[in-house]
Amino acid sequence: MRRSLACLLVLPVLLTACGSGTAPTASQSGEAKPSNPTILLATTTSTQDSGLLDLLVPDFEEKTGYTVKVIAVGTGAALAMGERGDADVLLVHAPAAEMKLVESGDVVDRRRVMHNDFVLVGPAEDPAQVKGMTDAAAALKRIAQTQALFISRGDDSGTHKKEKALWQEAGVQPAGAWYQESGQGMGATLKIASEKGAYTLTDRGTYLHLRDKLDLAILVEGDDRLQNIYHVMVVNPQKHPGVNAEGAKAFADYLTDPETQKVIGEYGKDRFGQPLFFPDAGQE
Amino acid sequence: MEVVLEGLQQAFWLILRRDPAVVEITLRTLQVSGTATLISLLLGVPLGTALALGRFPGRRLVVSLVNTGMGLPPVVVGLFVALMLWRSGPLGRLGLIYTPLAMVIAQAVIAAPIVAGVSLAAIQQLDPRLHLQLLGLGASRGQLVLVLWWEARRSLMAAAMAGFGGAISEVGASMMVGGNIVGQTRVLTTATVLETSKGNFDLAMALGLILLLLAYLVTLAMTWLQQSGRTG
Repeated sequence: MRRSLACLLVLPVLLTACGSGTAPTASQSGEAKPSNPTILLATTTSTQDSGLLDLLVPDFEEKTGYTVKVIAVGTGAALAMGERGDADVLLVHAPAAEMKLVESGDVVDRRRVMHNDFVLVGPAEDPAQVKGMTDAAAALKRIAQTQALFISRGDDSGTHKKEKALWQEAGVQPAGAWYQESGQGMGATLKIASEKGAYTLTDRGTYLHLRDKLDLAILVEGDDRLQNIYHVMVVNPQKHPGVNAEGAKAFADYLTDPETQKVIGEYGKDRFGQPLFFPDAGQE
Repeated sequence: MEVVLEGLQQAFWLILRRDPAVVEITLRTLQVSGTATLISLLLGVPLGTALALGRFPGRRLVVSLVNTGMGLPPVVVGLFVALMLWRSGPLGRLGLIYTPLAMVIAQAVIAAPIVAGVSLAAIQQLDPRLHLQLLGLGASRGQLVLVLWWEARRSLMAAAMAGFGGAISEVGASMMVGGNIVGQTRVLTTATVLETSKGNFDLAMALGLILLLLAYLVTLAMTWLQQSGRTG
């Protein structure tokens, strides 16, 4: 009994020892391995949930020999990681909040990568009658007036920041039983909105990705204010020692490389009939 | 309901095909939670025993803290461990954040009070006359503890099972300190959360079922040991 017990307890440790040997993915290209091969990327859930990073990260790793640790959190949390020096490189979509980090010197080398857009989705019955409106703020105002159910991310993500900015433009302080905060990522929030027959603001990519599983339709789109712009930036190694600036720069270079930009522009076309992201490195 | 059936079907196929990604995260789940359980036993059983046998001022306070710790919220543990291990945190230099070891630490912190609490009750449950008799026979403290552990082995096995259950089922702490990084820190619970947020409910369900199966098999093995040599 005692001996078999000991074997059972030792098993996981042995497994750990065996398993650790297979973890790192070596570069196939034969290039010299970077001196600090691990990059910590803090990014938004939309880049992961849309599947884009599953395509780009392995390609980058193979080309450069780096290993990227992708931490997908809300933009607010990703920016906070940059501010504390807990990440090497950020890929986020909240331009106003990003500028604060640029001004405080926490990040450097901020570059535009791509954009897509936000859309207002809701039940096809459209109780607030916003379908076809081109002014997103006015549409939100109408939702507030009719007290139609609206689900907010409520998590300080880039989408939530955008939503709050639109409410402000609409001159509405959203509160009450009709305005609910999910506190979850975009996919989960869309699912909640769908189940409850509610409106919500979403990035187009995540919506297209989940469209088949949702009872939600795009009701408002095309407003300039609904642009969703992604920037990559390097956490400032001068301010935060220990940051892998070399690796971070390599990743930023990769994202803005014309070849990668082409891949970004193609992503999703085969599945959704339209791209999920529009590459625009070099533009401002 | 349809999703559950699809999940069941998909779980079956994933296991049958030995899907490499699923095999990998299943093995990692076992490694991380198994190692965490082992550490929690090394910490929890002696602590529970000391609290059961010791007499010192403030003992009740410590016991109540251990008992509260049995319901330690994993997210709180995760946040605390993350604050310690982040690069900007006091232990940041160790570079442990977003590694399987960070997950082991967090899960061990979750499981240790469970193991300690159940061990405490197990040792206290023993007939106090046994304790006196052993001392009367001239047993040393070390011998006394070994005999008590042997006598309480079935309950201590239950402590191990409860600790393992606490470790393998939690998701909040693993997400926070592990980061759910593919190929490195993705385990069955965090993968289930990710697939749910991606809207792949059938795959999420399949992963959940595989997790249940894994937990069942490990617990079955422990139960087998627990019940072996049972008389009457």
